[in-house]
Amino acid sequence: MTDYTPVIPANAGIQGSGAPTAVLDPRFRGGDDVTEQQTEPLYEEQALPATRVRGYWQSVFYRLRHDPVTLVFAVIVLLIVLAAVFAPLLAPFDPYKESIVGRLKPFGWRGHPLGTDELGRDMLSRLLFGGRVSLLMGVVPVLIASLVGGMLGVLAGFVGGRTNTAVMRTMDVFYAFPSVLLAVAIAGAMGGGMANGMLALTLVFTPPMCRVAETATTQVRALDYIEAARASGARTMTIIRYHVLGNVLGPVFIYASSLVSISILLAAGLSFLGLGVRPPLPDWGLMLSTLRQSIYVVPLVCALPGLAIFITSICCNLVSDGLRAAMDVRM
Amino acid sequence: MIRYALRRILYAIPIAFGVSVVCFALVYIAPGDPLQTVLPPDATAETIAIVKHAYGFDKPLPMQFLIWLGRVVTGDFGVSIATRRPVILEVSDALANTALLAMFAVPIAFGIGYAMGAVAGSFAGRWIDRVVTGAAVIGVSLPNYWLGIVLVIVFAVEYMLLPATGMGPNGSTGFNLLQWSNARFLVLPVVTLSMIPIGILARTTRAAVAELRNQDFVQTLRAKGLSEWAVTRHVLKNAMPQVMAVMGLQFGYLLGGSILVETVFTWPGSGFLLSKAIINRDVPVLQGTILTLSLVFVATNLIVDLMQSLIDPRIRRA
Amino acid sequence: MRTLLRDRLALDPRDRGGPLQPLLIARDLRKHFPVKGSGGKSVKAVDGVSFTVRKGETLGIVGESGCGKSTLARLLLHLVVPDAGELVFDGDRVDTHELPVDALRRQVQIMFQDSYSSLNPRMPIRDSVAFGPFVQGRKKQQARDIACEMLGKVGLDPDLFGPRYPHELSGGQKQRVNIARALATGPRMVILDEPVSALDKSVEAQVLNLLRTLKRQFNLTYLFISHDLNVVRYLSDRVLVMYLGRAVEIGPIDAVFERPLHPYTHALLASRPSMDPARRIEEAPISGDPPNPIDPPPGCRFHPRCPFAETPCEKTDPVLGTWEGPQSHVAACHMHDLASGHTQIAHV
Repeated sequence: MTDYTPVIPANAGIQGSGAPTAVLDPRFRGGDDVTEQQTEPLYEEQALPATRVRGYWQSVFYRLRHDPVTLVFAVIVLLIVLAAVFAPLLAPFDPYKESIVGRLKPFGWRGHPLGTDELGRDMLSRLLFGGRVSLLMGVVPVLIASLVGGMLGVLAGFVGGRTNTAVMRTMDVFYAFPSVLLAVAIAGAMGGGMANGMLALTLVFTPPMCRVAETATTQVRALDYIEAARASGARTMTIIRYHVLGNVLGPVFIYASSLVSISILLAAGLSFLGLGVRPPLPDWGLMLSTLRQSIYVVPLVCALPGLAIFITSICCNLVSDGLRAAMDVRM
Repeated sequence: MIRYALRRILYAIPIAFGVSVVCFALVYIAPGDPLQTVLPPDATAETIAIVKHAYGFDKPLPMQFLIWLGRVVTGDFGVSIATRRPVILEVSDALANTALLAMFAVPIAFGIGYAMGAVAGSFAGRWIDRVVTGAAVIGVSLPNYWLGIVLVIVFAVEYMLLPATGMGPNGSTGFNLLQWSNARFLVLPVVTLSMIPIGILARTTRAAVAELRNQDFVQTLRAKGLSEWAVTRHVLKNAMPQVMAVMGLQFGYLLGGSILVETVFTWPGSGFLLSKAIINRDVPVLQGTILTLSLVFVATNLIVDLMQSLIDPRIRRA
Repeated sequence: MRTLLRDRLALDPRDRGGPLQPLLIARDLRKHFPVKGSGGKSVKAVDGVSFTVRKGETLGIVGESGCGKSTLARLLLHLVVPDAGELVFDGDRVDTHELPVDALRRQVQIMFQDSYSSLNPRMPIRDSVAFGPFVQGRKKQQARDIACEMLGKVGLDPDLFGPRYPHELSGGQKQRVNIARALATGPRMVILDEPVSALDKSVEAQVLNLLRTLKRQFNLTYLFISHDLNVVRYLSDRVLVMYLGRAVEIGPIDAVFERPLHPYTHALLASRPSMDPARRIEEAPISGDPPNPIDPPPGCRFHPRCPFAETPCEKTDPVLGTWEGPQSHVAACHMHDLASGHTQIAHV
């Protein structure tokens, strides 16, 4: 953004410059006793902005394109997602096929590039299929929490008053629980299982999303252009749709992207405790738990599911950091 | 100041109440009848009715809540279905063990995290900043249950330096901190538990310090002739409130997140108690543990807020 | 010239009372903002202000910061709902079945000071200007066309500036956009809240001249709020002086500026810095502490700082004299009230 814009003086011999001089001339004061002096539009008087036209989202993409670290990790995340999506094509074996003989075998044994687990199933295949479950359990709660929490937060923030107090105090009660504890408590109380695990995580993530949206909305609500919009007669929903949402979407998106890595960790953690996915469904957390007893036999194989969780989580984290850096710039 | 403190404490009361409502409600969202854990499957209708009445399940829900709340306030959390011991004893024993872990993890995590963040923030942009930030990102993205397993693999399986699980050769009752044979069981759990707080604190501190250093008042201090070390001290002091807030939250994480680490190391703390209670569907223990842990978290946040307002005068006005 | 004005006004189909009916009458507007945690106290931002605005004129409103000018501006559009008082727009009472607030907002618009937040940073300025017409019922493309036309009228090439974002514009350009936005819905009256306060002097002159031009082009009535007396004099026909939520003087611009009736007005005018070394003043013309709108002094609100204060000033609140016509010049001061008991009754 440049601050220097050359100003062409008003009477620089341009067409239509019978304009009054840019000075407070006491002869020309209010009222009707002054005749019109110009009929031409004043286009030529204006200074031309020196920068290229670039909207907010375009500048975000521009910054992202020039951020190599974030791009690299984004590619890795994409690869992980693709590997999970195309698991049926990529997996060398059936992830459910057990083998009594080939249990807990190390890397490379008889065509199993990453060994086998305690029931003789191929690790690579289970990791690939497990990726589907883990990624799903990581992303879906964040999506739903963003939608629900976001909407609640925008409403509470914009309407203000008692509604705001009611909504935010309710969220505060859930904030009073440490997130792991709340997730475990809800998932545990509901009896475990993938759906309950996702529900628990959604409930854990909704209050923070709500808070982020409410804070952003409250800040925007106090700005002058909202008042100008109200002055032109717009209804509340119209103002929210055209003026508020665009400005709230940014912080919500940034926060949601940072929640994804936490969600993956928590989801796998729930499965690790036996509160998430149930066997024989492959899931990284569950695999880590069942392989735990076998660390004395094939330690490297047993550490693999956790490595998968770690890599996915750290890549998501770095991508979300990069997104924040790209989106959070004051214009 | 007193007014702010009173207001803040007053505000914590409805929160605590809400927490108790949620704890109470947790049990009732569960599928299945809580009675089934207590009764044999072939109980007659009569027996069921008697037990139902004894446990108070036949009264309407709000009534049950108030009765439960009344008992809780006097410290009666009921009796554990699994061990027949009073819940409050179970919880306090377990909490003491978790507190032992926290006692070591808190200073280590806070100290290292804060120091790392302060160093990174003070040298923002240079290589040490990158190293610390990288380490912090790793710390934050680590599944701590996995880290525990990896540490066990390295130190217990491969090199046999430290024990893998448990709380000492005598268990939790005979735990003697001063003997290395007992204390060595602490090492791996504490290290594992500290990882994520170190990462988060390093990141928060670094951000706070780096931002403060860019502000005008720092330039003024330098212009007045203060040494770089004195300037840094000023900056760190100003960063404290923000960092303290995060520390409070992290303490809560240590309470709640200990469940994963304790499960890996079979450490008989509150988290382990919780997971056992979930598996056994031991309702009183479940409610008692969750309630205790959350209330401790609420109290911690309250204390942190009050301490913050002591240090940062801006907050008192709000 | 008067005949021309009357003819132009007669052409406006929304005109309802003819040129002699005041366009806006404000009666006893009151707005108190409660202060949290202080018992029942409140900031008395606007405390009983009454005035009239005639069709086609520019009424200036001046006063120090905190005297309630901006709150008054917002009260006139019901952006802030008044606690008491009445607004009558062209003969219709506002906020009643005669003229609901929505309908008022089609005829009156407001232009804000150029804070960085007066335009949505994420919207191209064409869309910001088109928002008003769009909300009032036009289709998107129609609204955009109106916006482009308005941008042209304020001197910004619509093709060049339409797709730009606010951060790419200079202060003066942004104010032109604000003007375009205010005029896009075709109002009859525009409230200008400190429109040039944030601008450099040279740009200020351009914007003021533009405002004058547009007023003639569009038959507008202006309510011009400012703390800068010179600027107010340049544009206004009449002026209202405010102090601590009250109107203390009102009258034709030259009369007020050359023969101020109220001591506060006199002090305001005297405190304008002058380049003339002969007019240099040593001491501040206004003494005493700036006022606290939560606890205004009893009696006349200006009496702690007034060099002419006497006992009646501490006891009773002076009333602004009755408005007898467009040339009347009145002040709320005991020195101009024959029945007040003040010893220095000024000679009118």
